[in-house]
Amino acid sequence: MKSCYINGIGCVSAQNTTRESASFKDFQELTENVVSAHKPNYKTFIKPAMIRRMANGVKMGVVASSLAMNEAGIDLPQAIITGTGMGCLIDSDKFLKNLIDNKEEYLTPTSFIQSTHNTVGAQIALGLECKAYNVTYVHAATSFESSLIDGMLMLTEEVDNVLVGGVDELGPYTTELHKLIDHVKDEDSLSEGILASKSKGAIFSEGAQFFVLENEKKKNTYAELRALTIINTPTENELKNKLLLFLRENNLEIQDIDLLICGNNGDVEFDSFYLNLQRSIFKNTQQVFYKHLCGEYNTVSAFGMYTACQLMRSQTVPDILKLNNVKVESIRNILLYNQYRGENHSFTLLSL
Amino acid sequence: MYKGVAVTGMGIISSIGNTVDENFQSLIERKHGISRIKKIETIHKNSIMVGEIDLSNDELIHFLGLPENNNYSRTALLGEVAAKEAVKNAQISDIDSYKTGLISATSVGGMDMTEKYYYSQFDESKNRKYIECHPAGDSSTKIAKSLGIHDFVTTISTACSSSANAIMLGARMIKAGKLDRVIVGGTDCLSKFTINGFKTLMILSESNCKPFDENRTGLNLGEAAAYLVLESDEIVKKENKQVIAHVSGYANTNDAFHQTASSDNGEGATLAMKKALEVANLSPENIDYINAHGTATSNNDKSESKAILRVFGDNIPSLSSTKSYTGHTLAAAAAIEAVYSILSLQKDVIFPNLNYKTAISETGIIPVTEVLKKRSYHVLSNSFGFGGNCSTLIFSKS
Repeated sequence: MKSCYINGIGCVSAQNTTRESASFKDFQELTENVVSAHKPNYKTFIKPAMIRRMANGVKMGVVASSLAMNEAGIDLPQAIITGTGMGCLIDSDKFLKNLIDNKEEYLTPTSFIQSTHNTVGAQIALGLECKAYNVTYVHAATSFESSLIDGMLMLTEEVDNVLVGGVDELGPYTTELHKLIDHVKDEDSLSEGILASKSKGAIFSEGAQFFVLENEKKKNTYAELRALTIINTPTENELKNKLLLFLRENNLEIQDIDLLICGNNGDVEFDSFYLNLQRSIFKNTQQVFYKHLCGEYNTVSAFGMYTACQLMRSQTVPDILKLNNVKVESIRNILLYNQYRGENHSFTLLSL
Repeated sequence: MYKGVAVTGMGIISSIGNTVDENFQSLIERKHGISRIKKIETIHKNSIMVGEIDLSNDELIHFLGLPENNNYSRTALLGEVAAKEAVKNAQISDIDSYKTGLISATSVGGMDMTEKYYYSQFDESKNRKYIECHPAGDSSTKIAKSLGIHDFVTTISTACSSSANAIMLGARMIKAGKLDRVIVGGTDCLSKFTINGFKTLMILSESNCKPFDENRTGLNLGEAAAYLVLESDEIVKKENKQVIAHVSGYANTNDAFHQTASSDNGEGATLAMKKALEVANLSPENIDYINAHGTATSNNDKSESKAILRVFGDNIPSLSSTKSYTGHTLAAAAAIEAVYSILSLQKDVIFPNLNYKTAISETGIIPVTEVLKKRSYHVLSNSFGFGGNCSTLIFSKS
């Protein structure tokens, strides 16, 4: 495999991450159980006539992707790869509700057209008139990682740059359904933050994070995306061995990892996957979490990668992200670990 | 010379058969699977024709030996039937003996259950088990578990070209040495959601679809699932495996023209076919058969015809759209057509394009209309989708 560098980032999330001077110091911990994304000033990115017509996820995706391309100094990507667990679910819900309520009559195609999972990737391509490779991955919590794996492969095979991102939007009907089965946290349990919540489920949120990956290391490079693996349905016991194997394949030992960034979301049923690693082999490693700032959505691990890139660049760990107080001299290797409800685990390795 | 990535097994379920053999028999006997819809209650039932699979969910559940309290969508049921046939066909006894992955495609996911229990999930807790089967990735995880695959599992959704991209990614991962073996394909069931969606776009035919006909009237929706097993040359050599075909070429481009319509000159499709030929290191004259996307919509067939003319000039290979047998099976379409393309190579036969009478005046392309015995070495298969997705696969004789 050829080298793969992260040279541009765009992030729309529950925090004001599209601001140029965005800083973790200014971010607020979420206290509600369903949190919408902080709306960027869409007018600076999208023609006003288009803003009204575009679905929320498309708008977030267009903003995040253009920020990433601006930062990397790229006008036309050589591949566009998008991850989305649920696709354009607002339009999907809208079409379905109209269909059921109106007994299949008086339907218009607009929301059906926009409901397709690949709408965001398609609209980015359409806006850029980009005829290049374009694929959308829709595999729950590893939708974004699947996109990264494809992007790294593309860089090795034929292209010099790839636009890769994750996007998921909140939809009221889907959120209500997930409340029924305890996937959304009880808001009362959040007064002391997600880790102290001792409740089932997660904070539901939304966002879009896009990255420009390139073969070449440049002065605006955040980090090297060194390796990535996804594991669909491991047992808790297997996981540690899979991780050790992943590190070994990359010639690293536990102590080479300067920072561990995990997807703890405070779900009493499933955080044990993180805790088992945090309390054992990584107990002497500086640990970071981030979902108290951005909530949970299928492609939220892309916010984790945004976080990793910012910390790699600043070489400091803001207090709001710390899970423990292990001193770290310099940040050279970051390991990201994410899973959702015990399935679709991913290990991602970034190096300087 | 490098032939491509080895295909060692395949499985399929469609409205023309529950196995590869049954599908082949129907194809050569000109038996299509297009009928009035039986399993979904819709106000459009008398104005559309569909490619519906005869087996009910209960029959599929019984066939797969699933527990009564399962939460399978029909998409997952169909997918598991086809994927299991593919693995059996490839004579894999121990799935863990090599690094094996699953790349599955779907566009409908668990929509069939969500639309059925849309309101009742709130009142009746017994229907809530289907909430988690709605996301696209759920069917893939279920299929993977049933096959004993626990590591690399992912799902692709690029509308009607989805499973072409699954096959393409699988081939690339084998080539790159990232996986030793991968099961690739797609699955989609019929749903009210898609029926009504395509109805609002006014591209559903009231009669049997007529791909590449001047007087074509739109598409028939269908449901299906199909999977291929791709294996590395090392496995093939070590296990002395029978190779049924090679994935020799592939390409994915974007038309970047319109969210749902194809460009008039078939720009994206032209680029995809040219690039796939390049990857396969073949010239247009090497292609013996084109299994076209051929949905029988006014827009697709014209745009695809123009693209074919741009790539092949006056020398157009034998061509047909098997959607006249199965209907358009959305995310599964490229996978079932991959099975048909491979059958064409294996049996040296080209399947007819049913219901064709008159050539499209603007392009004049005449499809194959009878079962044609022909020695074939390379078959090209097109799949296009909403969002400008254009994918081409090339399969070559082993």
